[in-house]
Amino acid sequence: MLELSNLYKSFNSGTINEVNALQDVSLTIEDGSFVCVLGTNGSGKSTLLNAVAGTFITDNGTIMLNGINITRLPEHKRARQIGRVFQNPFSGTAAAMSIGENLALAAKRGKKRGLSQVLSSSILRALKEKVKTLNMGLEDRLDSPIGKLSGGQRQALTLLMSSWLKPDLLLLDEHTAALDPKTAGKVIELTEQIVTEGKLTTLMVTHSMQQAVNLGDRIIMMHQGRIRYDFRGEEKKRMKVPDLLFLFDELRRKDQIDKRVAELLELEYV
Amino acid sequence: MTLLIGSITIGLIMALLALGIFISFRIFDFPDITAEGSFTFGAAIAASLIVAGINPVAATALAFVGGMLAGAATGFIHTRFKINPLLSGILVMTALYSVNLHVMGKSNVPLLSQNTLFTWFEDFSNNISGKDAMVNLIGWSVPARDLWTLCFCLLIIIACSLLLLWFFRTNIGTAMRATGDNDQMIRALGVNTKVMIIAGVALSNGFIALSGSMLAQFQGFADVQMGIGMMVWGLASVIIGEALISENSLGMVIAGAVVGAVLFRLLVAIALRWGMNPNDLKLITAAFVFIALVLPGIMKKTKKIKLIH
Repeated sequence: MLELSNLYKSFNSGTINEVNALQDVSLTIEDGSFVCVLGTNGSGKSTLLNAVAGTFITDNGTIMLNGINITRLPEHKRARQIGRVFQNPFSGTAAAMSIGENLALAAKRGKKRGLSQVLSSSILRALKEKVKTLNMGLEDRLDSPIGKLSGGQRQALTLLMSSWLKPDLLLLDEHTAALDPKTAGKVIELTEQIVTEGKLTTLMVTHSMQQAVNLGDRIIMMHQGRIRYDFRGEEKKRMKVPDLLFLFDELRRKDQIDKRVAELLELEYV
Repeated sequence: MTLLIGSITIGLIMALLALGIFISFRIFDFPDITAEGSFTFGAAIAASLIVAGINPVAATALAFVGGMLAGAATGFIHTRFKINPLLSGILVMTALYSVNLHVMGKSNVPLLSQNTLFTWFEDFSNNISGKDAMVNLIGWSVPARDLWTLCFCLLIIIACSLLLLWFFRTNIGTAMRATGDNDQMIRALGVNTKVMIIAGVALSNGFIALSGSMLAQFQGFADVQMGIGMMVWGLASVIIGEALISENSLGMVIAGAVVGAVLFRLLVAIALRWGMNPNDLKLITAAFVFIALVLPGIMKKTKKIKLIH
């Protein structure tokens, strides 16, 4: 279970470029839940994910994962509990290293790494089995550098890597945004399969409302660093893309009203 | 022929330097200029300890450890205080200059009448082949001890290369390679990249100091200036190795660095023999590395232009 309470994070604080990326964000995600996070650009959805992953330390608030307080834990220590897939397909794998080596690195996520050979025969056998489940024919190319693969293939492998050791939490950061629609569809299919089979607790940031509607059991909409809507259960099931679009429009209109009211007040009183 | 064997021997000693530079530059993408200081540091440690009567093997091993400490200092300054890699290296290199003078007590320590690794090799040769024996090598008469020395150096460098190859295939070694390749990814897999960088730069400088300590014993003195230009020298060796070996499997890349170091030393020996002014050596080495770095890009551009027209 992931419990965020009263998280705050601002960047460039004290300067003219100050951005309040997270403002009083509280959120509880139950075990096995699959949550999609939607939001406009700069709404703080990726910041939320990075705060949980430990890319930076938050200014205020606490993050608890399965009863462990990870608020001040460095990124690499949180990796014991958290699996991640990045937006950029190049971020999740080491390009110059072979497919086998990349996967073998993931087989030791968060564990002690010693002086035994990374590609032992038992690991090789296990990862061949794993890669076979992708149906991409990659199991015969374990020696070739992962950098030669397409973005979709790399993203599929990253998914496999992040979920090899069952994580307490899987973080997906717009992991299909950089792919063409067809490949994105395949990666989403694989995501669903891996999450369902492993009953993984998942937090997925996406810009695609269709994905949010089709996947998962909860939708969270963020705007200006705050959680504005939270749909779950039956309510989530009833959500369709037009409903979400309408809500976005509403959020935007509220912004404009704020500004217009400010202008009106200015005219009146200043 | 004697000259050739001597050059190859020095080339093999410099191959250790090339391995060190390979680790920092190629595996970690860390332009580590500490090399210039740690090369001399290794020589200084080994020379002073040998003069003090310590066993040469122990002295050489301690030189390796000293180099590792110097590298760890650079890695620590970089990761802990977020100082740019180049500047971290320059700081440690500059500090090492004073340290080296303190270790040696003066700017030059002669080793000619001392027991070094190489006098051991000579003794071994005298016992096996007889004193001052000459060996017929494809028509050339060469001193047996030079040949034995060469063989020992070859053995040492092969052992070091295999050790490195083994290490970079272990779980921890692979994590190090991944740190240089994609630190974001390996952090997400639970590896403390700061520790990896410190350990990697330490390992690199250990090899560089080892190279320095062996060169000092081979040439019979340690000098406080002997590290100058060594980083570029090592880089030149690595680049030659990469040009020779197009394959990028780990074993071949390591072998490439070793062969590159020997070849580069041979090229230098030939150039000096043809009458190149020794004072120009560093200028030409730098120019060579510059060209090797720039050439691939220019070739790509001209190819593109040809394709367009």
